[in-house]
Amino acid sequence: METALAVLVGLFVSVAIYLLLSRALIRMLLGLVILGNGVNLLIFTAGRLASATPPIVPAGLSAPAGPTANPLPQALILTAIVIGFAMFAFLLVLAMQAYRTLGAERSDQLRLAEPEPPPQPPLSY
Amino acid sequence: MQQTQTHAADWIIILPVIATLMGAALLLMLRDVKRWQAVLGMLVVLGVLISDVVLFFRVLQGGPVSMTMGHWLPPFGISFTADAMGAGFALVAALVTLIVLVYAQMDRAGSDDRDGFYPLVLLLLAGVSGSFLTGDLFNLYVWFEVMLIASFGLLVLGGSGAEIDGAVKYGFLNFLATSFFLAALGLLYGLVGTLNMADIAVSAAKANPAALASVAALFLLAFGMKAAAFPVNAWLPASYHTPPAAISALFGSLLTKVGVYAMLRTLIVLLPSAHQFLASAIAAIAILTLILAPMGAIAETNLRRAIGFLVIGGIGAVIAGLALTSVQGLAGSIMYVLHAMLSLTGLYLVAGLVEKVTGETDTRLMGGVYAANSLLSVLFLILVLAISGVPPFLGFWPKLLLLSAGADFSGIVSRGGVIDVSALALVVALLLNALLTLIAGTRLWAHIFWRAGPEGALSERPNEKLRPLTPRENGFGMVAASALVVVVVVAGLWPNLLFEAAHVAASDLINPQRYVAAVGLGGTP
Repeated sequence: METALAVLVGLFVSVAIYLLLSRALIRMLLGLVILGNGVNLLIFTAGRLASATPPIVPAGLSAPAGPTANPLPQALILTAIVIGFAMFAFLLVLAMQAYRTLGAERSDQLRLAEPEPPPQPPLSY
Repeated sequence: MQQTQTHAADWIIILPVIATLMGAALLLMLRDVKRWQAVLGMLVVLGVLISDVVLFFRVLQGGPVSMTMGHWLPPFGISFTADAMGAGFALVAALVTLIVLVYAQMDRAGSDDRDGFYPLVLLLLAGVSGSFLTGDLFNLYVWFEVMLIASFGLLVLGGSGAEIDGAVKYGFLNFLATSFFLAALGLLYGLVGTLNMADIAVSAAKANPAALASVAALFLLAFGMKAAAFPVNAWLPASYHTPPAAISALFGSLLTKVGVYAMLRTLIVLLPSAHQFLASAIAAIAILTLILAPMGAIAETNLRRAIGFLVIGGIGAVIAGLALTSVQGLAGSIMYVLHAMLSLTGLYLVAGLVEKVTGETDTRLMGGVYAANSLLSVLFLILVLAISGVPPFLGFWPKLLLLSAGADFSGIVSRGGVIDVSALALVVALLLNALLTLIAGTRLWAHIFWRAGPEGALSERPNEKLRPLTPRENGFGMVAASALVVVVVVAGLWPNLLFEAAHVAASDLINPQRYVAAVGLGGTP
């Protein structure tokens, strides 16, 4: 099971890298989202897939009876999903705004902050 | 094991974070009361500064302090652990933020204080202080994201085309870097089964060294991107010059330094065995960053983009200390971070005033500012000398530590020793960096201040396009920039406290027993 998930993580990351190498902002953004999901899956797999029993301590005991699922990766992933979603929403609006104000839908059309061709270096002194 | 409740005095570790988060929430609620925004914002940062000072001196005298949240015993609860490095960085970050807030008043007379500038600055400081003080790796990721989202907001606050252009590049690449960081910490969790930094430092020795080395490489990539080290530095000169000078100054002093802080923490304290696998890669990154960044500054025509390249050059010097892993080399790194936070912020602030006087951002169109405002030219020159490492200014001392560590490692001092080529190359690169930075800085000074007029102007008459600073620009901007330069000069003339703090911090990095014991994990097998 871990092997299958590891292969799946690799697939996610390669798709993400392929999309990120594109110059279209929306494709790059989709690449970031897929990378985020790949990383979440990676944390889940790294936390071991031991058991599907929920990690609940029965009444009267101080530790769960028998093996349970590891709750920590799930907590980590939940946090990462929330943060990743907020970042995605912000970057989506930013890309939209770049299209509206600068007419840029590709990263190589963003040339206001870095003029192209670059200006001649100062030659005095 | 820690069994008792956290002592009330230990709450000071999370005070900087609580105060800034609460302050930001309060300012958001009071967004319609415009008169209070600036005053309350500065008061909160002043409070953070005072608690950082108290924390710093306590850590310096008594060793690292730790508290763990919510009655969970470490390593299960989320710990906040302050050592001399984290507390010192947090202290300087709060000081710089306070000065920048005063400086920013010169631009904010006509602007609407409901735009969220003050809450975002407080959130940025919360993210930065949290990163410096946390003792938990996943918590560090969360503070990185707090810092990132606040910096996104500050970057696009003006809404101009150039700001959106810069924010796209900054946003995509930094989000990518934090994703790599998250992947690395997930893999590390899988290997050692814990996220508490002190616990990782104890248990990493038992894990598979080859797997740890690849995790460390991923950390190096992620934090290298955050710190703008050489092959992954393109986002910094593309974005840092687009917002107003005060925001540039905050970014230049705080954000990249958090990246190098995380690099020092993970590679030296957490994964010292994996660090040896990467030593030659780290040395190569340091050498290339040291030499190429000031060359970028020499070729650049936009003033604040040129300063952005100087920021990157400083990162190279810090990474050089990471490659020279002795108490002296790491003390050099830590002291360099403190120096760069102060001096480069000062340079951005002075650059903002130069842009006011000349009305230009391109150094080719500037000239003759020395005649119009001689104080400004003195401040700029002092900062250039400090950043290049000319004695007796602040930048000299960390470079001295780094060079002497490099000389020790290379074997050129001790007779009959084997010559270590990479350490020797680091020494040469550090010296070349100082020379190239001096050339870049003095050329900027000559272009902006010394020559009579813009490029191509043949007459010797004074530049008529310059305007004097308004009383508000003098009262807030000039005073804040001068105060920062005074701090730089005083710290350069009396560097003993910095030396002492850097040595304590560096020995705690190399021998983390005190750090581990503060969390309460030292005795467990």
